[in-house]
Amino acid sequence: MTWTDVYILRNEVLLTLLVLYHLIVDLTEGKDNGRLVNGTLFGFGLVTAVGFYPVETTSLFGQMFLSDPLRNTLKLILNISTFIILLQSASWLRKPENQPKTGAFYMLIFSTLMGMSFMISAGNFLMLYLGLETATLPLTLLAAFDKKLRRSAEAGIKLLMSSAVSSAVLLMGLSLLYGSYGTLYFSEMASLTDAQALSVFGLVLFVAGFGFKLSLVPFHLWTADVYEGSPLPVTMYFSVVSKGAALFTLMLVLYNVFTLYPKSWTLAAYLLSVTTMVVGNLFALRQKNLKRFLAFSSITQAGFMMLGFVNNDNLGMTTVVYFMMIYSLSNLAVFGVLSMVFNATGKENIEDFNGFYLTNPRLSLIMLLALFSLAGIPPVAGFFGKFFLFTAAAAKGLYILVFIAVINATISLYYYLLVVKAMFINKSEAPVATLTSTWQEKLAFTICLVGIAAIGFVSGVYDYIASLI
Amino acid sequence: MDYAYTLIILLLPLVTFLGLGLLSKRLPVALAGIIGTANLFIIAALSCATAFTYFTQEAGEAGFEAIEAYKITWLPLTDKLIIHLGILLDPLSVMMLVVITLVSAMVHLYSIGYMKGEKGYTRYFAFLSLFTFSMLGLVVATNIFQMYIFWELVGVSSYLLIGFYYQKPSAVAASKKAFIVTRFADLGFLVGILILSFNTGTFEFQTLTSLQGPVIGQASTAAFMGLSVTTWALLLIFMGGAGKSAMFPLHIWLPDAMEGPTPVSALIHAATMVVAGVYLVARLFPAYALSAPDALTVIMYVGSFTSLFAAVIACTQLDIKRVLAFSTLSQIGYMMVALGVSGYGGEAGLGYMASLFHLFTHAFFKALLFLGAGSVIHAVHSNLMTEMGGLRKSMPVTHLTFLVACLTIAGIPPLSGFFSKDEILVAAFEHNKLIFAVQWLVAGITAFYMFRLYFRIFWNQTPAYHHAPHESPVVMTVPLMFLAIASVVAGFVPFHDLVTSDNKPFETAFHWSIAGPSIAIAVIGILTAAWLYARPSLRPDAISKSLSGVYTAAYNKFYIDEIYLFITKSIIFQFISRPVAWFDRHIVDGTMNFIGNSTVAGSAAIKRMQSGHVQLYIWYFASGVLVLALLILYLN
Repeated sequence: MTWTDVYILRNEVLLTLLVLYHLIVDLTEGKDNGRLVNGTLFGFGLVTAVGFYPVETTSLFGQMFLSDPLRNTLKLILNISTFIILLQSASWLRKPENQPKTGAFYMLIFSTLMGMSFMISAGNFLMLYLGLETATLPLTLLAAFDKKLRRSAEAGIKLLMSSAVSSAVLLMGLSLLYGSYGTLYFSEMASLTDAQALSVFGLVLFVAGFGFKLSLVPFHLWTADVYEGSPLPVTMYFSVVSKGAALFTLMLVLYNVFTLYPKSWTLAAYLLSVTTMVVGNLFALRQKNLKRFLAFSSITQAGFMMLGFVNNDNLGMTTVVYFMMIYSLSNLAVFGVLSMVFNATGKENIEDFNGFYLTNPRLSLIMLLALFSLAGIPPVAGFFGKFFLFTAAAAKGLYILVFIAVINATISLYYYLLVVKAMFINKSEAPVATLTSTWQEKLAFTICLVGIAAIGFVSGVYDYIASLI
Repeated sequence: MDYAYTLIILLLPLVTFLGLGLLSKRLPVALAGIIGTANLFIIAALSCATAFTYFTQEAGEAGFEAIEAYKITWLPLTDKLIIHLGILLDPLSVMMLVVITLVSAMVHLYSIGYMKGEKGYTRYFAFLSLFTFSMLGLVVATNIFQMYIFWELVGVSSYLLIGFYYQKPSAVAASKKAFIVTRFADLGFLVGILILSFNTGTFEFQTLTSLQGPVIGQASTAAFMGLSVTTWALLLIFMGGAGKSAMFPLHIWLPDAMEGPTPVSALIHAATMVVAGVYLVARLFPAYALSAPDALTVIMYVGSFTSLFAAVIACTQLDIKRVLAFSTLSQIGYMMVALGVSGYGGEAGLGYMASLFHLFTHAFFKALLFLGAGSVIHAVHSNLMTEMGGLRKSMPVTHLTFLVACLTIAGIPPLSGFFSKDEILVAAFEHNKLIFAVQWLVAGITAFYMFRLYFRIFWNQTPAYHHAPHESPVVMTVPLMFLAIASVVAGFVPFHDLVTSDNKPFETAFHWSIAGPSIAIAVIGILTAAWLYARPSLRPDAISKSLSGVYTAAYNKFYIDEIYLFITKSIIFQFISRPVAWFDRHIVDGTMNFIGNSTVAGSAAIKRMQSGHVQLYIWYFASGVLVLALLILYLN
């Protein structure tokens, strides 16, 4: 391996180094983890910053590992999201009961992020599967991170069992694909046009495996239990980074490998989009617990993401990436407020937010903007994200789908506004006390808010993504 | 010359607005007024410098060149139809820059004293800056779309300032009325813009008014109801202008707008915003004059009727600010008449020049009148002239400056109002004798009602004041003196060399045959007012009794407001709104409720899917995969 290769592998190498560092430091670190937390934030901040340096289109290990500006940007989006999560989890890690596990937490987070990075850069289905498993196993451990809590342990076990099934289905799909093509390399498969029942079935199994990660209905049933049971930073990670990595990988494979017979996968996207939006909405409507609520909201949002996939042109890819970026920032802002409240009071129900505006006006406004962005209300970025997705679907003439999506967007508005109503209108005998945020939280909120406010208006962002594809 | 620095003139008030608005709670209150005023003085100085350089350096063979000092592309709608944002400098916009920034600076300075101790002092200055920004953006717009954006911003800031005393129900009602009436007029404006841009493929003023351009040079022959499409578009655009400039019958909002603080009335409802309609017609003047003369005729009649109508009402009003409001209507009517009688190019464009000349001088003397009235109101705490009188001794500066303003508006030489009004009368005389006669008569009525106001405030009987009135503080009298001087000297600006319809200088002659009668009727008006109002007497009451019907009608503003109310309440609400409301409540809401209820029912029906049992989850997963695969294989 030359230095050039290391530069191409920079994200994976740096993440591996971080994992190794935390494995060692976990043995030596004393009681107080303040330096470790801040040091890790600084170190990972640097790793994230490295992603801003441009890369060229190239490959390693005989097409096993691909690197190009698009993949680099996708990894960068995941890194930034992870960085925000680490910022927001700092005060949770500083709690006495979590202090001894800090190193383990970071080690697991960086391992799964590294796996996702490999998954995105994969140029071969075997590589992709290795990345996927590297990402999944630490995730189950993270879900069970509050090991003394019953619901956390339950979340870990449920995730482990269901992801085992989904991996099996995925592997089955890959075997069928290998059986019909005789190769697992993306570049070779892309030129094969033969769409027989066998390969289409393999493709469906593959989509289902990733549908599990993305929590598309009907592969979503683990989502609510795991989101609710996991510690909040892990839930954030599931709903944004893990989902983002799955989305990006699925997108890269479908658009680059199955280019020549898009009909089957755009059809799958159509069907999954409808079921996911509808079922996600119907469940989100009845939730009282904010974590569960956000779980179903994130399912609905995944349904919207599928709208982009019905368009097999570059437009579809651009809108999906653009939407995911906005969704990440909005969701992280909501979770950030929730995690501050939860850390201080242990409350996580919607009704606990009654009268929140009177005691915490700034946090309420942040939450308001973020919820508006999730609901897609102009002029915040979420509106533009949804608008472009609808455009992508409409460009293919699928007006019925767009109509269904618009109705679902309206329904989702209802339950997002329920939270807003709780904060601003409902009265409470004992509202949450006024909270003070740490610098980490302030920085995280700033990044999210700038994104939510600006991405929609700065047309350069969309144009940049379009230029990569 | 590079005029890119004019961007500062535009952006500084915006920065002030944002700064004062965002930091309103952290800034010391007194500082807000000082910051706002200082900014205005800076941009006033910059505007004057711009005007000086422009008028001294840009005079070419073909008259003054229009310069685009700054331009960015904002919305490329199609390859041809592009919306720009920019700054256009030509004699018209440069002149407006000077007027707006000077009057605005004076009003800011005056407000420091007038608004002292008011609740919302910082908010007031923030809104004033917002208004100044919008108005400047309006006049420097390079295209009609940019103008429309700022046009609406001007409307919003006017709304905010009229409703400044938002605890007062009458102020809230007035601001709502102003907004709704002008918005209604703007509907016409917008439709006009759309028709015009659809037919010409451009928003740019430079192209729209170019002699070889798509409006004038290659006018389309399409017609609708006897008038060409261009005429319709320009008439609709004029409708927007008539709304902002309060031309009959869209004038009803302006008298009520006097609910705002008096300096606001001086700035917005006398000197700047209400002349936006005149500015709009002047901006598109070549298009009006050369391809839609019918529209100009309409403008002429509307302007003339408004000026007479408002002057008659002004004679009967008791609230001094309302007298001034109707006088503003009447004077803007003059400007519209002048545009209506004007032709394009050279001496034919005398009316155009006269109109803008009058706009220029009117801005100063009307602002002065309003600020003087504000000073009086500040001293006696009432708007009604029946509660005033004999103030000439206790308020000498206000008295003298007010007198100057009254003489100016009455058209007494050598004050500025004489020159500008004289040019209008000359232009009218050459074009249409009837219109000339009306405007000549209105000049007399103007002199009469202005001096009625003057004598009632400063002479006549001194009522029992609660506490002795005294002169206003220096920050209020300095603007009065400055504006008085401006009212005197503004008449000597050689407008025919600077602001003309084709941007080329032309010669004007002085006509004693017209000036003589106009001076005569002004003097008659003043003497009548003195005879009736200089001392307490029973004559005014006797006259109003003998004219009872006419007087009552004029006092009630000819019942125009009541007619509007009848139309909206009894016709529109009854026959249109009610059925629509029924449809909305039963059909639309019913559908929505049905969707909502069925969603909730659906949600309840599938809740058992989420059972918490992993084996069931896996069962759903596997079935899902199979169903999906079968569907896709089948549909493929």
